[in-house]
Amino acid sequence: MTDLRSSIVAEKLLASAPPRPPLAGLVNAARRLVRTHAFRLAGLYFAVFVLSVLGVLFFVYWTSADFVERQTETTLDAEITGLAEQYAQRGLSGLVQIVAARSAGDRGDGMLYLVANQDGRPLAGNISGWPAGAPTGAGSLSFQIEVPVKGREETHPARGKLFVIPDGYRLLVGRDISDAAAFRDRVKTTLVWSGLLALALGLVGGTVMSRNMLRRVEEVNRTAERVIAGNLSDRVPRLGTSDEFDQLAANLNGMLDQIERLMAGMREVTDNVAHDLKTPLARLRARLELALLGPADAPAQADAIRAAIEEADRLLATFNALLSIAEAEAGARHEPTEAFDLAEIARAVVELYEPVAEEKSFAMRLESTPGMLIRGDRHLLSQAVANLLDNALKYGAPIAGGGEIVIAVSRQDGHAVLEVRDRGPGIPEAERDTVFDRFVRLEPSRSTPGNGLGLSLVRAVAHRHRATVTLAENRPGLKVRLEFPEAPALAE
Amino acid sequence: MKLLVIEDDRETAAYLVKGLSESGYTVDHSADGRDGLFLATSGSHDAIILDRMLPGMDGLALLGALRAAQIRTPALILSALGSVDDRVKGLRSGGDDYLVKPFAFSELLARIEALLRRGVPEPTTTRLRVADLELDLLTRSVKRGDKTIDLLPREFQLLEYLMRNAGHVVTRTMLLENVWDYHFDPQTNVIDVHVSRLRQKIDKQFERPLLHTVRGAGYCLRAAD
Repeated sequence: MTDLRSSIVAEKLLASAPPRPPLAGLVNAARRLVRTHAFRLAGLYFAVFVLSVLGVLFFVYWTSADFVERQTETTLDAEITGLAEQYAQRGLSGLVQIVAARSAGDRGDGMLYLVANQDGRPLAGNISGWPAGAPTGAGSLSFQIEVPVKGREETHPARGKLFVIPDGYRLLVGRDISDAAAFRDRVKTTLVWSGLLALALGLVGGTVMSRNMLRRVEEVNRTAERVIAGNLSDRVPRLGTSDEFDQLAANLNGMLDQIERLMAGMREVTDNVAHDLKTPLARLRARLELALLGPADAPAQADAIRAAIEEADRLLATFNALLSIAEAEAGARHEPTEAFDLAEIARAVVELYEPVAEEKSFAMRLESTPGMLIRGDRHLLSQAVANLLDNALKYGAPIAGGGEIVIAVSRQDGHAVLEVRDRGPGIPEAERDTVFDRFVRLEPSRSTPGNGLGLSLVRAVAHRHRATVTLAENRPGLKVRLEFPEAPALAE
Repeated sequence: MKLLVIEDDRETAAYLVKGLSESGYTVDHSADGRDGLFLATSGSHDAIILDRMLPGMDGLALLGALRAAQIRTPALILSALGSVDDRVKGLRSGGDDYLVKPFAFSELLARIEALLRRGVPEPTTTRLRVADLELDLLTRSVKRGDKTIDLLPREFQLLEYLMRNAGHVVTRTMLLENVWDYHFDPQTNVIDVHVSRLRQKIDKQFERPLLHTVRGAGYCLRAAD
């Protein structure tokens, strides 16, 4: 009801809202996208990607283009040092000689030499004149030279170092770096392009990744919305990739299965409650109505009222049984902590039922090992055992008469086990699961008094004690087996 | 005997007041927890019957306050909450008995009588006697006239409870709670079978029966009609 109303209100709101300009819609969509976790994740991924690409590119640049330049500097330094030594040993003339020798011819290594006087007039070398703007003191400089290439003069960049000779002469050692510069340019271009390509790929990759993730989250969301809207049989589609999303989908589907099962169970219980409580209520009402209609005969009316009270008491007993089951089922919230002897529980309940068994000419026998400590709720367990005995006494009589009931408490594979065995007609295998459901009674005529809640309580109590309850063939007869988990209480 | 009924539901209260008055009690009624506590502190009542959920003040809080004020009037709690936990909580906060709604009036009456008897200090006795039936608590033996009667331990307990409440009605639930310490109703009427077994032993060979069935209520052990 509430859902319906709120959705109508939402629709009205939507209808009355003024039409939005398309740009605003786009902005809104973008804003929504930015708020998604997938988008933020993609953004982060992109940022990390860009940073690492930039790092790699810088490293490549540093190890290639920059390396060539640094090598040039080293060569120049070595050359200057060598020539300075020559000067120290052989004086200016020696230096001029060596420079002249080194400058003669094109050695193909692009080395440039020049020895000049104070005015910049060259004494020896392969450079036509002192470069313009060159400093007069020692240091590095960049300059340009004219180089004849295939009959044409070309301007090449060059890198040089100055050495001041004490007499006022100056030595310039340089190197044509046009190749290095070209190499550096090519490296730069390559790096810029590959960087751009990487960024584009990163952007595309991030978008695809986030959209992929968004889509799968959206699938889960849409399914959840449909389930909320009431379509409980809807399931999250699975891709069979067995990744986290697939696992999430599988778990959600499992959860939905469980909810659907519980809902079906609830519906069945509600139907049964409606039937099993409405029938006696109707009977009660009819009885009272008849008493009112009949002659005002005091004894007859008193009888009718007494019968009505009995009917009401039976109804109350059914209610109480339902409440006990609910209590046992809800009991999981507080841990059963009281430790007691299962054999003692069985003994007390057997003693309670012993006279009834005798009256109905059943031979009832208790076979128990004392000291079967378990933890739990003593009252609920007693009630469960009482229900089992009650059932055995009601339904466990063989047609020939003279039934036999054995209540056995024993330890099997470290588990405390309680069994109630009878020699009655038993329960067909196909029906052994359904008898635990509320209000299920196998006897179609329902002539035996009972409310069909006894075994439901037994199961609820068993679950609360983490015990399993099974029905089995006793050849002939029925064997109800309660198997409790290993009791750590034994050690205490 | 003067009783105080603290119950906010008008119909239940009217039913209680009417029923108890007809059974010979003087009944005060309060529909509110605070007023109820005020009335109860006068200390002039022989027993209090109170609902657990009350406006103004919760029934358990009321009992706590009453007991803290050293007022020991026996109290019976009426409640729709019937789990063992609820019962324990009710009795711990000062209740003397706990009856789950809905209840049979005879059940309530029997329990109030038992409560009123509890108020009277019992002479420390080792022997219980009803007519010619005698129960010795020390030797744990039972005799009727000159005849010794052999009882099973549980039968002995059952007879002891009946004899302590001799002349008064005890219900099946009271027996189940006080003799067996069970707080559920078995689907089969096991109590009836136990009582009829006991009756076989103490009444069968004797001229005058002592153990009577009270129709629609329970049992009563008494000397003569």
